[in-house]
Amino acid sequence: MIKAQEIKKSFFVSIWFMFLTFPIMVIRVNPIEKLIEWRWKNLALIGIGSFLLSFVWRYLLKQKEAGRKKAEACGVDNISLGRKLIEDSGFYIPALIAAAVFALVFPFIFSLYQINIMVTALMYVVLGLGLNIVVGLAGLLDLGYVAFYAVGAYSYALLNYHFGLGFWTVLPIGAVAGFIFGIILGFPVLRLRGDYLAIVTLGFGEIIRLVLENWNEFSFGPSGIANISRPGFFGIQFSLQGAIIYLYFLMIAFTLFTIFIVNRLQNSRIGRAWIALREDEIACQAMGIDKTKTKLTAFALGATWAGMIGVIFAAKTTFVNPASFTFMESAMILSIVVLGGMGSIIGVIIGAFALILTPEYLRAFSDYRMLIFGAIMVIMMVFRPQGIITNARRTYKFHGRIS
Amino acid sequence: MRAGLINFMAGFLKNMISVLEVKNLTMNFGGLCAIDSLDLDVAQGEIVTLIGPNGAGKTTFFNCITGIYNPARGDIFVSSPWNKDKIKKQERINGLKPNHITEKGLARTFQNIRLFSNMTVLENVMIGRHCRTSSGIAGAVFRNRSTVKEEKEVVEYSYNILEKIGLSSFVNEFAKNLPYGAQRRLEIARAMATEPFLLLLDEPAAGMNLQETRELAELIMRIRDREHISILLIEHDMKFVMSISDRIFVMDYGRKIAQGTPAEIRKNPVVIKAYLGDEISA
Repeated sequence: MIKAQEIKKSFFVSIWFMFLTFPIMVIRVNPIEKLIEWRWKNLALIGIGSFLLSFVWRYLLKQKEAGRKKAEACGVDNISLGRKLIEDSGFYIPALIAAAVFALVFPFIFSLYQINIMVTALMYVVLGLGLNIVVGLAGLLDLGYVAFYAVGAYSYALLNYHFGLGFWTVLPIGAVAGFIFGIILGFPVLRLRGDYLAIVTLGFGEIIRLVLENWNEFSFGPSGIANISRPGFFGIQFSLQGAIIYLYFLMIAFTLFTIFIVNRLQNSRIGRAWIALREDEIACQAMGIDKTKTKLTAFALGATWAGMIGVIFAAKTTFVNPASFTFMESAMILSIVVLGGMGSIIGVIIGAFALILTPEYLRAFSDYRMLIFGAIMVIMMVFRPQGIITNARRTYKFHGRIS
Repeated sequence: MRAGLINFMAGFLKNMISVLEVKNLTMNFGGLCAIDSLDLDVAQGEIVTLIGPNGAGKTTFFNCITGIYNPARGDIFVSSPWNKDKIKKQERINGLKPNHITEKGLARTFQNIRLFSNMTVLENVMIGRHCRTSSGIAGAVFRNRSTVKEEKEVVEYSYNILEKIGLSSFVNEFAKNLPYGAQRRLEIARAMATEPFLLLLDEPAAGMNLQETRELAELIMRIRDREHISILLIEHDMKFVMSISDRIFVMDYGRKIAQGTPAEIRKNPVVIKAYLGDEISA
């Protein structure tokens, strides 16, 4: 009965699709010989294709619906993948060891190109983790995150160009610059929420980019700044390969550092306040949490990480120009957080690798790359809107009295 | 002479023990006068109930006291009965932010439950401890000894409260998975974690069955008697109100129309009229 109904619906979908695509897929006018070709075969293919797609889509939706009903009926949340990952030590310890070994030998068995991609992916992991503080934990939708990234990158580029300051000196300066810009932006906008906040941050991101593009005396405009020095290592000069491998290990260390800090932050008094703020702002205030201060902390800390990664970005590419800091970057970082699972560290890491590495390895099908990318995003949002890994936050458990 | 002295003493005593004093409070929304020169006071150790028909302005009154709205006119004074220096110190709290008012020692619950549903029961109560603890970013990152100690104390304190409220069996559950009555009690627990001297409960018994309401009444009495927290509550369940209130204030159209003990209110013709309409009193 239900099946028959499904088939009927899919049938109508396919009829509708055949009708819609009829002019472009079936009729072809040959102007030279003044002939009209009727490609009926295409019509049949479209019909069958859309019928199958629609049927599968409906079937999956139904499955999802059934799954949810079942979970509701049982009255318990089925344990999510993320929870399993963080709580089952029998699983995660070997996985961690494998990941560590892989990370260690990676630069010695793969080509320079692969290492470069990996460094980029790691940078996005850190950016994702930084934005995760703002979006995932504190629930502030920030569409201008790339502005702080640009601030970091340009602080290294300019300080290096004008004063010859090295990477290690500027890294903390970039962090502080990001932090300060986070607070400058945060003060006026954090009384807004949701969509309004998103629009204002989007505007801020564009302002920073446009300033960099047009203020030639300050930032050298669209031509950017070249010949930025790579990170130094106690004065040793590396070959190009050596420099990339060094950068790779630097990024690995930096990623671990970020994971450590973010993990500690989210399991702290402040992290709890962020999560509570995301859950319910009014209740949060009524429980004595200073809304402005808490939001500002989240915003500024997120910006700090963007600032630091900006410095690393400038050091990696040895060249910065405003074109690297468009809204697409912000959207990409936000997609990483949303796709991976808001508020979950492991989710963001997986999300970053998926979103950065997939397009790289899909270069073979470069024509369809963005198509596949878009399809994956749509499918994810329909079937797993909460992200790949959900709810992987370590919750406070009471383990008996402390005497 | 003697009468004057007694009056003076009585007035002094009354001032000594009044934890909340609202004078002439007025709140407007555009042209609508939601609260019109309302006076109200809560003495230490008292359970005071605010009743009134729907839309009388009770929740608006709560929102004014807890700083969600800034009242147009009037004064709200609080004085902590636990003030160390023993000198009566009344503080005006008009226009303070909600979090500062909570820090002063007023805590509230909400009419429509506002728990942090994706946090555990324990974490919900731990949020209440936020304003009584102080560790910051550095403490979170380095997890130094004082931070660890503070966290331990927060967990311990929160669990103690859950035990007092009778929710300790749910300690590690997500708040959203709790039964309705338990969610209401968890809101009270969370408010108590802020160490208030006055608890403001907005319709705590709404949607509860008879058994749950009875337990809630016992719980509120217990909070008053054991924790010495004064209570101001809004409620529609008359049986519940009459059984636990020391005094009742009745509001209608933003005004106070009556105040007194449950027995007085029950007989008050103005109250009956407000609730049941004109025909009854005619």
